[in-house]
This record gives sequence, C-alpha cells and structure tokens, in this order.
Amino acid sequence: MNLAGRAVARSNVSLELRAWNIRRKALLMGQVQGQGYIGQALGIADVLAASYFHALDYRPEDPEWEGRDRFLLSIGHYAIALYAVLMEAGILPEDELQTYGMDDSRMPMSGMASYTPGMEITGGSLGHGLGIAVGMAMGLKRKANRAFVYNLMSDGELGEGSTWEAAMSGAHHKLDNLICLVDFNDQQADGKSTEMLCSEPLTEKWEAFGWHAQRVNGNDLAAVVEAFDKARAVKEPQPRVIIFDTTMCKGVPFLESREITHFVRVEADEWDKALAVLEEGKPA
Amino acid sequence: MTLASMARKYEARKAPEGERQATSAMIASLAAEGYDTVAAPFGNALVDAARKDERIVGLTADLGKYTDLHIFQQAMPDRFYQMGMAEQVLMSAAAGLAREGFIPFATTYAVFASRRAYDFIAMAIAEENLPVKIVCALPGLTTGYGPSHQATEDLAIFRGLPNMTLIDPCDADDILGMIPQMIAHDGPIYSRLLRGKVPSVIKKHKPDYRFQLGKAQMIREGKDVLVISTGLMTMRALDAAVKLADDKVDVAILHCPTIKPLDLETIAAEAAKGGRLVVTAENHTLMGGLGEAVAAGLLSRGIAPRFRMIGLPDAFLEAGALPTLHEMYGISVGKVIEQIKGWL
Repeated sequence: MNLAGRAVARSNVSLELRAWNIRRKALLMGQVQGQGYIGQALGIADVLAASYFHALDYRPEDPEWEGRDRFLLSIGHYAIALYAVLMEAGILPEDELQTYGMDDSRMPMSGMASYTPGMEITGGSLGHGLGIAVGMAMGLKRKANRAFVYNLMSDGELGEGSTWEAAMSGAHHKLDNLICLVDFNDQQADGKSTEMLCSEPLTEKWEAFGWHAQRVNGNDLAAVVEAFDKARAVKEPQPRVIIFDTTMCKGVPFLESREITHFVRVEADEWDKALAVLEEGKPA
Repeated sequence: MTLASMARKYEARKAPEGERQATSAMIASLAAEGYDTVAAPFGNALVDAARKDERIVGLTADLGKYTDLHIFQQAMPDRFYQMGMAEQVLMSAAAGLAREGFIPFATTYAVFASRRAYDFIAMAIAEENLPVKIVCALPGLTTGYGPSHQATEDLAIFRGLPNMTLIDPCDADDILGMIPQMIAHDGPIYSRLLRGKVPSVIKKHKPDYRFQLGKAQMIREGKDVLVISTGLMTMRALDAAVKLADDKVDVAILHCPTIKPLDLETIAAEAAKGGRLVVTAENHTLMGGLGEAVAAGLLSRGIAPRFRMIGLPDAFLEAGALPTLHEMYGISVGKVIEQIKGWL
C-alpha cells in the first residue's frame, strides 16, 4: 500500500475541510465566469473529497504516473468541480483559478483530456465514460496493474443505452478493478431525472446487471468514505457501483432552495453572498 | 414506402425462375473472375503482426467470423475480446484499451460502426487521436441484404471527422499490405474490409505494386481516360480497362486506397496531363465520397478536365443478388465500360 493519495489523507486537513475548500474554489471559478454548473459542484464536493483524499492513489507531481488510480469524469460539465479538487490535490496550480473558462485556459467549461493535467478523458457527450472505463479496466488487467478505474457519472447518463452496454460488459468481463460513482441529484436539463426517464429501482438494476451496488447519502462524508472502503474490499470478481444521493448546491442554502438547479442562475451580486454563506459554515 | 412504389419488385416476381438469382449472403466472398484468391487476409495479417507486437489486441461486436477476426481469436484467444452485440461499448472499450497503451483492432460491419457507434468513435477515439483501428466488413454495395447492411455512406460520414485516416482497400494485397502500416500510424484509422476468399487483383496488372498508406498509385497507364478509383471499383476499373483496350480505348487507372488524407498531389499531377477524360469510381454514394473529394481538390488547384463520376446513387438500395445489383446501380464491369464509352 502506498501511496500518494494515502499520504495526502494522512495530512492533518480533515475531509470536511477538503470538501469545503472544493466548494469554495468552485464558487470562486463560477464567479470568474458569472456562470457554471455550480449546483453540481457543490453537490458532489463531498464525494470528490473522499475520492481524492481517501480512496485514490496518485502522485500530484506526476498526473500520468502508471500506478495511479484512474478517475474518469464522464460528466464533462462537472469540470468546475474536478478543477477544484485537482487544485486542492496539488495537481493543478491554484493560481490558474482565475483563468477558468477563459480563452487559452487549461480549464475549459466542459472537461477535456487534451487541456488539463489530471483530466483522464474528454467527457460531455454523456454515456461515454463507463464504456471507456471498461476498456481501461481491461487494459490494466492485461498489464497486471492493480490500479482501480473510477468513473464518475450522473443520473441523467443512466438514460443512455451505452451506459447499460458498458454495465453488462463490466460484469461479463469480471472487472473487479472498476468502480462506478453515480451522482444521483435527480436533476437534468429539463427537470427531475426521475420524471424524464426513470431509472429506479436503481440499486436493484445494477445488481441485476451483475454489479456490487451500494446507495448512500453523498453528502454524508462518513457514509461516503465507508462506501468507498466497501467497494474496494469486495471479494467477488465483479465491478462495483456506488449511487450517491446528493443535494444540488449543497452548502449554500439559498441556492439549494432554487427550483431550477441544473444550470443554476446566480446573479452577479450573489457570488459574494454565496461565498459569505459558505464561510459561515467553514469546518474547524 | 407504399406498395405502389414497390411496383418494380412485383413485376419482377413474374420473371421465369431460371433468370433470377438468390440474395447474396453476408458471409460470401466477393467474386472476381480470373484472379487467385487469398483466404482471410485481414485475420492472417493481424496474427502475423500481433506475434511481433504485444500491444495489439482484437475486439468485435459479435461479428468475429464475419470480419475474419476469428483467425486472430483462434491464434491468440487471450488477446481477443468478444464484446457482444454492443457497438457503443465496443468503440468506447477500444478507446480505453488504447489509453492504456494497447493498439486495438475493433471490427463490426461498416453500417454499425458508421451509424450506430459514430459518437463514440468521434469523441472517445478521434477527438483524443487514439490509435484504434476500426476494420469493417460489408462496405458499400457488397451485400444483398438491403439498406440495413449496405454501408453506402460510411466514407462520407467519416471524412468529416478530424484525425481520422480512411482506407478503402481493393484486394487481398492491399489488405495484407495495410495492416503493418496501420499499426505504424499513431492515430485512429477506419478501414473497409473484404473478407473470406479475397481476390488478388492489382498485382496481376502491376506485379511490383505495394500498398502505401496515404499514396495514390498508377496501376496502368493510358492516354484516353484517367480513372481515379478506390476499393472494389479499382478491381472493376482494371477489368473494364482491359476490355476497353480491345476497342482501342486506352484507360489509365490511378488507385487511391487511402481516402483520407487523399493524395491530391498525385491526383492533380495525373489529372493535369491534358486531354484525358477523368472518371472517378467508388463503391459508395456519390454524395461526399472520393468523386467529390477529387473534384474539389482539382478545382481548387485550377485543374478542370472533363470530369465524370461512377458510384452509387443517392438512394436506399434494393435487396437481391450482388451481380444484379451491381448491374442495376452501374458498378459492374459491363456498366463501367458502358458509361465510359458513353462519355467519350
């Protein structure tokens, strides 16, 4: 056991503070552009904190280190959240935060592998990440590399047929090095995911597809950490999925209560207000 | 489609039994009279290459036997992935394997790669410039099963995709020659495939011919007509040229197995040699294929010879026997001769 991820985890910074830092950086980036998928970033911050400061092994100074756990962002529009955690992890320099979404920035609004260190794939055309993860997991096994492949996807992507092709494939090929993370915030472009194309009963569905499945509150850090530990420790030769029920805009109550949260509208003067609200809840 | 619009088919039912041919099967080899054949050139060439290169793996979506990848599967079972009837994950997983340092050869039918899996080829493979080699059987009009299996527009679809290299091989020698060059090329490639017993055609006309990725090559010189052809139609054009010679029509053949990037330098140099009728010939719809690419390339270089195109119409094609269909749609040897004579 190593390793860099664990070494970071052993620092005296709590996961709660990591998650808070991720939320704050995401808000600062949103403020730069005056827009962004901030609702998703705030909602997934706890899962990302647990991913990068508890579960994953990686070397911040060498994002292409062969032994790293691969973290695929299938949901390209969540890039703002991944940039925040990549900065927190020291993979991206924090002083680039002000370039978010600008011309010539390494941090475009939708995540792309060719732009950003630590961004494994080009996401955004939804339903792609899990299939690529299947191939990477096969490739790692061929190389006898014991790293895990994590694929972070959204509940909206459960509507894509390609997701289920990949799900069947992962089980068929016994990919026990594949962990899928589903952000279930029940929001997509036109409204609530469950009202667009309902994917429930979801845990049972994944289990029926041959996966080890868990469903936890994605904004409860202790539960998230426990779910990651369980997923990694499964003994059966099968892929694993964790469905995280999350709350859009978590941590900024006046945004949480907005009705339309997929592309949440934040007025120019509200970014400072959101940062101030977040500040009040800063963990010790 | 109404029954009235199908009237021609109902008329055809009245024809005497003996004149009708059975629908051409999908697994059938492509007939070419008077030529030697090579068995499963793709599968065998891939096995040869894979013995020298550990990075090569093979994947298919339930069409191993129909793309000659079963030869590779039998020789190297642990480097073969059966992905099932799931073309989206076929392409995505190939991308994932390429990300981990492998050179995946992914096979299916040309219709399924170009239509069903396009987004996955575009974003997971081409946008990332990954060395995935997509090799697809039943190109253009090489099956009698109708539009569900006839990839008449695959080259048009992929021509618009940045980073992609496109190959339309003519025969077994092209296929044997292209495999090592596909592996050496560090990027994505879409290649059409002829499978089963594949004829060896070009070498009979030009014994020292060797496939070169990205190069158009003169197979035959001629002073009256320059045919610029690709894939199956180079086979047809060569046979047509031999017969036209009997009628004192001297036909040159420029074979362009690489559709993208197209060797416009060679094409322009040949087309600029004055006085010849220039004819393009492709086993593909005339919309967005070789013909239009050659026309645009020549015009933008200020070269404007007399110009005609042979290829498939902008239509969903009928089902039936291939010889019947090739005749109907103008890509048989006889129809190539007829069209060229009509244009002279």
